[in-house]
Amino acid sequence: MTTPDMDTKLPEFTLPNPVRPAFDTTGHDDHVIVNIGPSHPATHGTVQIIAELDGERVVRTDVHCGYLHRGFEKECESHTWHNLIPYVDRLNYVSALINDFAYCEAVETLAELQITPRCRHLRTLLSEYSRIVDHLTCVAAGLMELGAMTAFLYIVMVRDYMYEHIADLTGARVTYTYGRIGGLARDLPDGWIAKLEVILDKYEMFIGRVHGLMDRNRIFIDRMRDVGAISTAEAVSYGYTGVILRSTGVPRDLRRDTPYLAYADLDFEVPVGIKGDNYDRYFIRMREMDESVHMIRQLIDTLPEGPINVDDHRFTFPEKPLVYTEIESLINHFKLVMDGPQVPAGDAYAAHESPNGELGFYIVSTGGGIPAKVHVRAPSFVHMGGVHKMLDGYQLADLVPTFGSINMIGGECDR
Amino acid sequence: MAAVLGPLQLRLTAPDYEVTLERGMLVVRLQPSKLLETVRLLKSEFHFDLFLDVTAIDWLPKAPRFEVVYHFYSTSHFVRVRLKTPVTEADPTVDSLVSLYGSAGFMERECHDMYGIGFRGNPDLRPILLYEGFVGHPLRKDYDKLAEQPLVPYRK
Repeated sequence: MTTPDMDTKLPEFTLPNPVRPAFDTTGHDDHVIVNIGPSHPATHGTVQIIAELDGERVVRTDVHCGYLHRGFEKECESHTWHNLIPYVDRLNYVSALINDFAYCEAVETLAELQITPRCRHLRTLLSEYSRIVDHLTCVAAGLMELGAMTAFLYIVMVRDYMYEHIADLTGARVTYTYGRIGGLARDLPDGWIAKLEVILDKYEMFIGRVHGLMDRNRIFIDRMRDVGAISTAEAVSYGYTGVILRSTGVPRDLRRDTPYLAYADLDFEVPVGIKGDNYDRYFIRMREMDESVHMIRQLIDTLPEGPINVDDHRFTFPEKPLVYTEIESLINHFKLVMDGPQVPAGDAYAAHESPNGELGFYIVSTGGGIPAKVHVRAPSFVHMGGVHKMLDGYQLADLVPTFGSINMIGGECDR
Repeated sequence: MAAVLGPLQLRLTAPDYEVTLERGMLVVRLQPSKLLETVRLLKSEFHFDLFLDVTAIDWLPKAPRFEVVYHFYSTSHFVRVRLKTPVTEADPTVDSLVSLYGSAGFMERECHDMYGIGFRGNPDLRPILLYEGFVGHPLRKDYDKLAEQPLVPYRK
């Protein structure tokens, strides 16, 4: 056994500060400035919050994101349109399917492709299924941070049934790579719908228990009600969409307002809050999951038969047996992999109602197999721009549930 | 949808504006000097109250090199509009929209990070996705994808 040499020194360098705080002096002698994050056990997501505190009260905050920036948009400019699908999965990795479908719709808009009725239905069904998983994750984490361990375990158990079930279809639990330009990777396996119905029944049983544990729980209400409140005017000004905007009382939902996929054919409600606070955001997520279940059941009943891929060999891959047996399909496959699908020049913006809000893809093509630009309008990033409105003036301890109810996802926020 | 776009098209006339309908979205091309007053008009008279997104396109080697692209949404008419304004490499500057929309603050910071577009009037253009001291603008076409600028030196 060797003893540590006390003379050995660590190599000397000063670590530069990656951020420049907006303020480094307090407005009052009694105030202190504390740094929270970027790696902090109580904030899910790598985000740094520099806060000026008056005792336990937050006076002002300076929020920094970008710690998960990995050059997504730059990387997109050197791969074919198809090859980007695994990348977009990793934006909001809690509901990767919705990213897939929104990206594919942007490319399809540019290429003027009309997806098949079965594909449209399946994409809608899987989007709603993903929304349930995303909301479950957000609610579970938020409750656990407040000490509600039983509710957390109920919810993540249901979520795991769903992860495993989606893995039966896509082959992966989290990052699915299931969307394709002009269709989907594969059709439903046998018995998938029957199992889905069983899981939805389980969901209803466990979520009923969570309602019973939380909704009128005095401790929960005291921590959530009138905390992290934001007004409609502020929410709109700061570009908030999705659950946070709806929590302020306005029923703005892209699925209702600008129907895409099969949403125009579905019966569903858009739940809204009354105060724009943490409790409203919790309850809206719980209600939206119920609406998603309602939509999935309608979609199961009306699922049309037919192909899942567009019959257009400029974009969709030929059947694998054909690739191995005939030269035309082999060349077709080769060209789609090596050159990528030839998307006409122009630009397009496609937006889906992701669990966090408006997820937009703005794509630019100069013609050819590789995008000139792929820009993501990520709801989490825009929400970070106004998060100080929900943190300032409340207690330091409220920062944790408030940040949880915003559901910042580092993957899409920092790209 | 046409309820708001029709009157809007009547207000945005040549030669200041070039208005087209592209894949279902109204696209307005304008000079940067007209940007602020046009957005003010969009917001106050046509209820485009949600500033969705700002980004830029690098058209290297064409001139003018950059195009700054804005998306707005109306929460009362449920319709989007896209604004495009060209800026040169020598003076890649447009007016900031922070006086009209709170969301402009962060989104303009990102666009400034990535493309080096200056937003006149935005008081806070500190790096947001990048870090202090980062040299260059990574989404410009002449920025090498493999270029590295480690903040902490690599271990030997």
